[in-house]
Amino acid sequence: MASRETIETLERRFADVKVSRFRDQSRAIVSRELLIDAVRWLRDTRGFDLLVDITCVDYLNYRDAVSRFGLVYLLAVTETNERLILRVMVDEPDLLVPSLVPLFEGANWLEREVFDMFGIRFDGHPDLRRILMPEAFTAFPLRKDYPLQGRGERHNFPTLTRGEG
Amino acid sequence: MALELPENVVVSRLDHLASWCRKNSLWPMPFATACCGIELMATGASRHDLARFGAEVFRFSPRQCDLMIVAGRVVMKMLPVLQRIWQQMLEPKWCISMGACASSGGVFDTYCVVQGIDRFIPVDMYVPGCPPRPEQLIQGIIDLQDKIQREGTVTGREFTARGRQGLNRALLELPVIEPVVKSS
Repeated sequence: MASRETIETLERRFADVKVSRFRDQSRAIVSRELLIDAVRWLRDTRGFDLLVDITCVDYLNYRDAVSRFGLVYLLAVTETNERLILRVMVDEPDLLVPSLVPLFEGANWLEREVFDMFGIRFDGHPDLRRILMPEAFTAFPLRKDYPLQGRGERHNFPTLTRGEG
Repeated sequence: MALELPENVVVSRLDHLASWCRKNSLWPMPFATACCGIELMATGASRHDLARFGAEVFRFSPRQCDLMIVAGRVVMKMLPVLQRIWQQMLEPKWCISMGACASSGGVFDTYCVVQGIDRFIPVDMYVPGCPPRPEQLIQGIIDLQDKIQREGTVTGREFTARGRQGLNRALLELPVIEPVVKSS
């Protein structure tokens, strides 16, 4: 849970930040232009030294959705266990978000996973390629318009029989 | 005029002898990808000892094995690797599909899990379970040994029609339960 001072100073420092709270979680929605500055400021002045996770939500069939994808950045302070959720709303067709790899080395694989599963590209990522699915895979599986059983890619292999195998 | 043989002489067919040797010295290639791999390790450990049945060593080189035990779910990224390992094994070779995920995809009917490796690899024995207990896997290996004794590759019988395979003893026949009709 982010402390009150963190949220107040965050709102004062950055103009277009929308902060909300639910039970013990606080989230701040920033625009993608502000992302690098906000994360750097949180890391350097407020002590958020751990990037816990980067993930994404696909709001395709949501009733009140404004943009399709919502990136989720989970940040934490290791000394005080203060946690903050940063959200970046992204919409098609412009799925390019600045990469956090210059700030947090751990963002390398996390952003690769988001790219692999949702198709969001990260500007400035040193090695943006698929991490879970094979390289030749063309679709983005965790999008809501991709069926659970896939589109036949999982069985698109030759069969070895007794005689030839 | 019967021929009297001393006790240490055995007369048999070459087919039988070759199959006997092969079935009692199955060296497994453990293709353990997931949780069934843990049960495979437990089967090879001391309590349920797989070495009793001739599976003395788990060779991790496919060139030195004749039995591939696929234990665990196989994803589409792993399947070409599985096929390559199978092709690197020398004849005679057999394959056991251990667990529900290797046999049919298990609970994972998703975009990346292959729904049964027998779509892409010839499988000789299926051991159901999630995971199968070591005793079940041992029963599967015993049944495979019976199958090798019956068929084998000296005569090349497994290349012929599939209808000649015998009954899997490990597959129990469930009793038919008559539904009780209540008279109202």
